[in-house]
Amino acid sequence: MENEFSSIDKLLKLLKENKISVTEISKHFIDKIKKSEIKAFIHFNEDNILDNAKKLDDLKSKGTFKRIHGIPIGVKDLFCTKNIRTTAGSKILKNFIPTYESTVTSNLLNEGALFVGKTNLDEFAMGSSTTTSYFGSTINPCSKDKNKKLVAGGSSGGSAAAVSANLCLGATGTDTGGSIRQPASFCGVIGIKPTYGLCSRWGIIAFASSLDQAGVFSNNVKDASILLEIMAGYDNKDSTSANIKIPEYSKNLSSNIKGKKIGIPKEYDTENIPEDIKINWMNSKDYLQKNGAEIISISLPHTKFALPTYYILAPAEASSNLARYDGVKYGFRSKINDSLDAMYEVTRNEGFGAEVKRRILIGTYVLSAGYYEAYYLKAQKIRSLISNDFKEAFNKCDAILTPTSPSEAFPIGEKEDDPIKMYLNDIFTVPASLAGLPGISIPFGNSNNGLPLGIQIIGRHFDEQTILNISNNLEETI
Amino acid sequence: MNNLIDGKTGKWEIIIGLEIHAQILSNSKLFSNSSTKFGLKPNTQVSLVDAAMPGMLPVINEFCIKQAVKTGLGLKAKINKYSVFDRKNYFYADLPQGYQISQYKNPIVGSGEIQIDLPEGKSKSIGITRLHLEQDAGKSLHDQHPEKTYVDLNRSGIALMEIVSEPDLRSSDEVALYIQKIRSIMRYLGTCDGNMQEGSLRADINVSVRKPNEHLGTRCEIKNLNSIKFIKQAIEFESRRQIKIIEEGGQIEQNTMLFDSNTGTTRPMRNKEEAHDYRYFPDPDLQPIIINEEFIKNLSESMPELPDQKKQRYINEYSLSTYDASLITSDFDTAVFFEKVLKVSSHSMKNPKLVCNWIISELYGYLKKNDINIHKSPITPDNLSKMIGLIIEGKISGKIAKNIFEEMFYSKKDPTDIIKEKKLEQISDEGSLKNIINQVLEKNTEKVLQYKSGKDRLLGFFVGEVMKLTDGKANPSIVNKLLKEKINK
Amino acid sequence: MKIDKNTTLKIARLARIKINNNEIADYSKQLSNIIDWVQQLNEVNTDQIEPLKKIVEIPATFKGDEPELKDYSQDILENAPEKIENYFVVPKVVE
Repeated sequence: MENEFSSIDKLLKLLKENKISVTEISKHFIDKIKKSEIKAFIHFNEDNILDNAKKLDDLKSKGTFKRIHGIPIGVKDLFCTKNIRTTAGSKILKNFIPTYESTVTSNLLNEGALFVGKTNLDEFAMGSSTTTSYFGSTINPCSKDKNKKLVAGGSSGGSAAAVSANLCLGATGTDTGGSIRQPASFCGVIGIKPTYGLCSRWGIIAFASSLDQAGVFSNNVKDASILLEIMAGYDNKDSTSANIKIPEYSKNLSSNIKGKKIGIPKEYDTENIPEDIKINWMNSKDYLQKNGAEIISISLPHTKFALPTYYILAPAEASSNLARYDGVKYGFRSKINDSLDAMYEVTRNEGFGAEVKRRILIGTYVLSAGYYEAYYLKAQKIRSLISNDFKEAFNKCDAILTPTSPSEAFPIGEKEDDPIKMYLNDIFTVPASLAGLPGISIPFGNSNNGLPLGIQIIGRHFDEQTILNISNNLEETI
Repeated sequence: MNNLIDGKTGKWEIIIGLEIHAQILSNSKLFSNSSTKFGLKPNTQVSLVDAAMPGMLPVINEFCIKQAVKTGLGLKAKINKYSVFDRKNYFYADLPQGYQISQYKNPIVGSGEIQIDLPEGKSKSIGITRLHLEQDAGKSLHDQHPEKTYVDLNRSGIALMEIVSEPDLRSSDEVALYIQKIRSIMRYLGTCDGNMQEGSLRADINVSVRKPNEHLGTRCEIKNLNSIKFIKQAIEFESRRQIKIIEEGGQIEQNTMLFDSNTGTTRPMRNKEEAHDYRYFPDPDLQPIIINEEFIKNLSESMPELPDQKKQRYINEYSLSTYDASLITSDFDTAVFFEKVLKVSSHSMKNPKLVCNWIISELYGYLKKNDINIHKSPITPDNLSKMIGLIIEGKISGKIAKNIFEEMFYSKKDPTDIIKEKKLEQISDEGSLKNIINQVLEKNTEKVLQYKSGKDRLLGFFVGEVMKLTDGKANPSIVNKLLKEKINK
Repeated sequence: MKIDKNTTLKIARLARIKINNNEIADYSKQLSNIIDWVQQLNEVNTDQIEPLKKIVEIPATFKGDEPELKDYSQDILENAPEKIENYFVVPKVVE
């Protein structure tokens, strides 16, 4: 049965044919989660899962069978879930219980999803390793050496690891600068970050509002298509949500890429990437060419400025977005009561972890009087240039092919004393984020150490179908 | 008007600029669906968005955009087709997001100007720098507990327009006129009710002083004043305070001041902190507001007649004096009332001056004494018009009319009913008046002789006696006529 | 060093994050490193460049003016660390 339990498509078939019940499915996954040692989840409530499974079985017996009826899904603990603790991986929200359900998780629940738990993440989604969580580090299930545990990537590391270890069949993530694609690459699963505005941000705890976008992890492209078409959609509660008709990605899924023009950006070929990653990238290009795609060399001239641009803009927005965590309305409050300001300062010092505080301080600095023009405004202008680079490129090609990450999964604890080294993890994912473009990471090949590697495919705004189709082609190749 | 004030070292000029915070008349808040009703139980009109719950997002209330543009048109100001909402970042207990959504570099309305009416029929132009949209904060209650502050977020997120003036004002009287004019324009437009008691209209006042024709002095900002009386007091006190400091050789420190209405004095805010650094940046949760020509055209076509236009029309069409016209048009509800009275009957339409006088000299007084707004006046336009008709038809005298007016105000009755009930109708019937005149003349034969011998002024005495006997109901002109006929025979 | 100790203290104060004396030097160094690193943006001439205004070309969403009359006070006060009756409660503020 293990094989059937690895794909949404197959499991739905079994359910439809009454060969299995949702309760049986839930027991299978509960058992796996309990035995798992990778710390993929922050919260997991067995009784809740069984209750919901029973409800879904009852519904089915009454003749209602939804699009992902009974499919076990993990939810990044950045999505507010009604009556279920939502922490953002932070001490400051360790006891926060929302009274509302995010739009994206609501969309999934309405189609019959069975939530199995809230997955671990870097605190407030700030990180590339899922080691800054107040609730501990998630371990990459692909780790080979018991004594050298590897990071799952981040920030959506818990979701990537959970799907990779088959603790659920899909999991939501959010991606601000690579937080879906990079962990997907590290854990050997598929991760798609759609176009900015495709999925509603309502009910997702904000990190950097102009970059945050929800997406999904899965074990295969078909499953990713199914989940994405359910999660996506216009929401009048989010002013940046796109009012477009969501294509039926799964129905339209094809592996025909004949005549598709695929761009290879020369600026991504830097001396800093390890040889095995470079070779793997070229292999993926050759496969696609062999399968009928036309390979085109393109230029994205401002690529090298994307990362510093991102590390000005994202902290700037974060410094403001995280101002609401002040111990007044919800969350942790320090016992210091001398004055309102003293309460604020101690609450926020004790409630936030080191990386979050660092980014709040950087963000505060780049917005402060005298520095705004030199940093924030400068970065917004360069963001314009980066966005234009892509516009130009997409006049010549239909999709862009790059490595997802400049490294394989690294050991827990590494890069932690040097923030900039950690930031370099996002070097290939950040440019598309700045331009609001959809990007997918698909497992392709292995590193010299036998660890999974990911290939990133970037598409035009709202052209998720093309990158899914190309991924589908690559997937069939493997 | 000479606005200079005397100090020990000579004359001083006060330079004043205002930031008016006007609550937009709307049913729901600027970025959420919560109601804007005033005075309800704490925190009951606060949505998840207003309380800044994690993951909540603002969505612009389009009606508020229209209200702001309408107000901008009323201030003859430039409407900006591209404007942006920015975040103004600071921490405060009643600011749940940790930032206020406001407009900084790109406000929705640019520069404009309004006219204020000075005494003696003069007017002065006051420049408007800009008008921008922003959300209100909640309310902190500091007096409920010795060590705690209580926070009510009902106001949090309500739409405000901040209207910034140029430093064109020179006295507290001009400031009062300016606020009244802005308020009047907004009431005409229906964009703000201007209710200062409920906090719908508040002002921050920038005050500095200088010797005439010298450079501008350092200014102090007096925060959050909510009555014209307090504003005038605050300006008087603050300007005197500054003059005293300078005349004693000191320097003005740029400061944010609070006004204490109990003592009528200003003092610097205790919580000065480090210099504010609001770290404005465009709110990434919202898109820029883009307005096209058609949007503006539709709104300008729906604009009502504004106070200045109405005043001019009253002067031209109704021959009202400038003073009366500006008085009666300064308040929208009064102008509406006036026009309703005119429309009811041809008598009042032909005598707008008389109608205007009754409103200004009588109705205003009663309304003020009883603290009633004119749109809730117990004397309806219909009844006032009827009463005026009765005067013009000679059925009641002006004196009796005043009594009837009072009765109408307190009983809300129709004037014809009052006249009937109290038998107040004027006696114009010559037969019955002749009888009464005869009685009077018979009683006072001596005086009749004196009159005949040349004491003309005794005629008034006879008229008075007739009035006494008729409880003032005799038509005085007919009595006069009959008396003369009788005695001079 | 781009960010000295005073600057660190000033921005920490603006951000309402208490920094202990023994942490100031460390923070200053880390923040300076990051600021030094982002300085590479100065290589780009942006004199004629407009900042990015819209990430994706989509029309803005507006809402109507109909109020929702639901009382959310239970929801919003549910997680409050300190509340009395229907109020949030904070340490006394002196104006």
